[in-house]
Amino acid sequence: MHLPLAFLTGTGLLWSAIGFGLIFGFLLHRGGVTDFNVIVRLFQFRDFTVLKVMMSAIVVGGVGIALLHGQDLAQYHIKPANLLAVGLGAAIFGVGMVLLGYCPGTGLAAAATGRLDALAGLAGMMVGGIAYALTFDWVAANIIPIGAYGKLRLPELLGLPEWVCYAGLVVMTAGIFALVRKAEAKA
Amino acid sequence: MKNPRWNPYLVGALIGLLSLLTFTIVNKPLGMSTGLAQAAGACAMPFLGADKVAANTYWAKTAIPTWDYSTLFIVGTVIGAFLGAWLSGTFKLAIDSKVWTDRFGASKPKRLMAAFLGGVIILYGARLADGCTSGHGISGTLQLAASSWLFFIVMFASGILTAKLLYGRPAQA
Repeated sequence: MHLPLAFLTGTGLLWSAIGFGLIFGFLLHRGGVTDFNVIVRLFQFRDFTVLKVMMSAIVVGGVGIALLHGQDLAQYHIKPANLLAVGLGAAIFGVGMVLLGYCPGTGLAAAATGRLDALAGLAGMMVGGIAYALTFDWVAANIIPIGAYGKLRLPELLGLPEWVCYAGLVVMTAGIFALVRKAEAKA
Repeated sequence: MKNPRWNPYLVGALIGLLSLLTFTIVNKPLGMSTGLAQAAGACAMPFLGADKVAANTYWAKTAIPTWDYSTLFIVGTVIGAFLGAWLSGTFKLAIDSKVWTDRFGASKPKRLMAAFLGGVIILYGARLADGCTSGHGISGTLQLAASSWLFFIVMFASGILTAKLLYGRPAQA
């Protein structure tokens, strides 16, 4: 491979983490997703800011990574499809997100903008992280192996070529944005 | 730099481009909750003792409490969000949010307790699912990972249901 891939290592890598994180935090704030109201209203279909940000990021990042991956300029990092663990975790996550009013990234960013409720949420996250580590052995033995399909991607799952799936992603995103526009026109 | 709210489509597209930069330059996806779990390990040390933390399978293998890419990314996020707020003059210490106070009243301890509890729940869920809104919701879905799309759909369904239970039918705003 003719890689400039992952050319930062050592101290440069660590500095880049701060730099990339800085851009990410700045964008989360400018996107308006560090606002409790914006997050909770998403789940009530009253504010689609989060959906707009996420779907735009997914479609730009998705088409981009497809191109880069084809040029050996990026590798996939696929999280294993452990159906029970991911499904259960996501269900728990949704409850936490509405109660907290932020997700882990936006909560961290919101705390940095002076939101003290987000700071309390971060303290809670530390407890949640400790609870997970302390129960990990049990979870690893009893939850994670159930419905474990490995590093599965949608092209394999659906039996469709890579480009068809990415084209589908673009079309689906356009459809979602059209629906959002319609819902906003009604409100 | 003064306008605190940018177009969300633009912000999303920029986050997408940022993820492409991290994929190529450092070969890492954007993610948040692994770093937070590592931080949780550091927070646990005074209570559980360094030996017990070091002996824990999860902290020893998956979320090592140390200064590395994931934890420094968190530091960067804090600085970036602070700069965003500060440069636009929107940094403000606050607890209340309209949606919350309209439903649950102005009690600050109540809000802080709920936020704390929400934090416990959300990170446990994020670790069980092996990712959060950034790791699964953006980085994973854009790579067409089956696990991440499952996370995305279930998270939304659960959030919608929870919002309904907590807030009932929203008054038309």
